Amino acid sequence: MGHRLWPDAYHLWHLFALQIRKVKISINGLNKVFESRVKLGIMSALAVNDMLDFNLLKEYLDVTDGNLASHIKALEKEGFINMEKSFIDRKPNTKYFITKEGKQAFDEHLKALQKLIELQR
Amino acid sequence: MKEKDYIRDIAEIRSMMERSSKFLSLSGWSGILAGIYALSGSYIAYSFFQFNPVEIAYSNQEAFASLSNVILLAIVILILTLGTAIYLSGKKAKKRGENLWNPTAKRLLNSMAVPLITGGLLILVLISQGLIGLIAPFTLLFYGLALYNASRYISGLKNSWTY
Repeated sequence: MGHRLWPDAYHLWHLFALQIRKVKISINGLNKVFESRVKLGIMSALAVNDMLDFNLLKEYLDVTDGNLASHIKALEKEGFINMEKSFIDRKPNTKYFITKEGKQAFDEHLKALQKLIELQR
Repeated sequence: MKEKDYIRDIAEIRSMMERSSKFLSLSGWSGILAGIYALSGSYIAYSFFQFNPVEIAYSNQEAFASLSNVILLAIVILILTLGTAIYLSGKKAKKRGENLWNPTAKRLLNSMAVPLITGGLLILVLISQGLIGLIAPFTLLFYGLALYNASRYISGLKNSWTY
């Protein structure tokens, strides 16, 4: 009996864990991805701009190339931002923009933040 | 996270939105040159076309004699100013690796256009009624209003926090 139950339990736990990783929203409605200041900053800048290139983002956030690149990669992996490569004066230029999913996640995060602040007043 | 963190998060989001939505490519030199063109224009109008209205109202005949020259001069200065602003801002935008015609530029122009077009139409009405003495003060008044309106998009989105 025990032998039969364990694989099922493992399987269920695995599914559950995957689900948590996929949603990444905590009980208070805040998105865990945006706990990082740099990621939150990238999303804020892209929310009010059609497109921003890497250097402009770096200037706004005041972080190193490597740091920014890793945060951008993580946000791309979430599907929150996307990029478009082009050339300006024969130099490669990568511009980033917020996706529909990213805008939705960001808006929900903001709403959750505002609600939490109102609740605590 | 505590309340302070939430408020700080919101404040940081807001500040980032403000900073990133300024129209950064606006050339300062084009503003200085616009002023120089305008001053030379008023000098030419004053000393060569004898445009120096002391009265508010003039009868149409005496007004239109020198006025056509002044209007032509004004159009030339407008084209020069716009050309300089577009050329210098375009150069600055290229340097920054940005498009000149971006969302901040559109917002800036929209906010300037409303007072400027309103004032322009009013001044055309004034000209047609021979109220020549009111042209100069009204251009200044509406130009000032346009700049005040546009300043939100030069120094940030101070008053339009929509999130």
